[in-house]
Amino acid sequence: MSFINYASREINCKIVYYGPGLCGKTTNLQYIYQKTDPSAKGKMISLATETERTLFFDFLPLALGEIRGFKTRFHLYTVPGQVFYDASRKLILKGVDGVVFVADSQEERLDANIESLENLKDNLEEQGYQLEKLPFVVQYNKRDLPNLTSVEELRELLNPDAVPDFEACATTGEGVFETVKAVAKQILLELKKGA
Amino acid sequence: MFGSHSSPFVMYEEELQQITGVLNKLLRESNSKVIFLVDKNGQLIASTGETEHLDTTSLASLTAGNIAATGGLAKLIGEKEFSILFHEGEKDNIHISIVAQRVILVVIFDQRSSLGLVRLRVKKASDELARIFKALGEKAERLEKSGQSQSPFAEITDDDIDNLFK
Repeated sequence: MSFINYASREINCKIVYYGPGLCGKTTNLQYIYQKTDPSAKGKMISLATETERTLFFDFLPLALGEIRGFKTRFHLYTVPGQVFYDASRKLILKGVDGVVFVADSQEERLDANIESLENLKDNLEEQGYQLEKLPFVVQYNKRDLPNLTSVEELRELLNPDAVPDFEACATTGEGVFETVKAVAKQILLELKKGA
Repeated sequence: MFGSHSSPFVMYEEELQQITGVLNKLLRESNSKVIFLVDKNGQLIASTGETEHLDTTSLASLTAGNIAATGGLAKLIGEKEFSILFHEGEKDNIHISIVAQRVILVVIFDQRSSLGLVRLRVKKASDELARIFKALGEKAERLEKSGQSQSPFAEITDDDIDNLFK
């Protein structure tokens, strides 16, 4: 649920990056953080274990500029991908305005992607949301690695509704900004619809 | 409406002034250092006190995460929620409480104050804040129903959105 502050003329929205363990959600945020002008970003917060697996969430506030005199800020969150952190994932989806599903393109992770997408739908429903009604984009990450599932197959399994999707390599930044732009745009259009 | 999934949470100038007034009074009366108010989704609503050297955006996000995690703990033991959290540090302490089931009031204080004083003053301020948020919710609903909500999004164009990403 976005927050419109007429007093400070600001709009704040929440985007959540979801996906299986080690698919590159945190790497997406790290790349955005590295490549964003310091004036446009806040501090990136990572609550991680000693082995750098996300424990609770990563958080990156991002200011994109003004729209009709309102400063537009997006708060990017990731969830912990490992299966047993389900309670944390549910909490982070609270108040979400848009979702990015990051898929791991490696063949051996296909089942993990499907399981994670189902888990996303279940957790959203528990909070009273429907994925089909939320701004949503899919990212096929790790396209630089060998042993890949084809985009056609990933699309068929993970994106049957044909929402915007992107091939990516979060370590080099390919597709990272395209993904965040696409979901931010959908959120703003959704707000326009509701206005 | 305030708190629903479908429409945004809206803050107007008049209510923000009232809220800031309550926070300033609480800061004085509780001898605290910093006070801020956060939406349960992690958005900073208002802050007062010695905030210059604080990353209030991160504090807001982590506070909301903290409240969410504590709420999860509460449910696991059969409680609805824990309405107050207290973190004690070497110099500074943080008192966190939930107001009107929707917003989070955070008070940072040091040895110039005490937990008892903070708790007492927070209770009083929470009642005032709850009244303001109730009125704010009703106002947003009224404006929405009468079609006067003046959303800044109503007339945005694709070009406006594209310009954001240039």
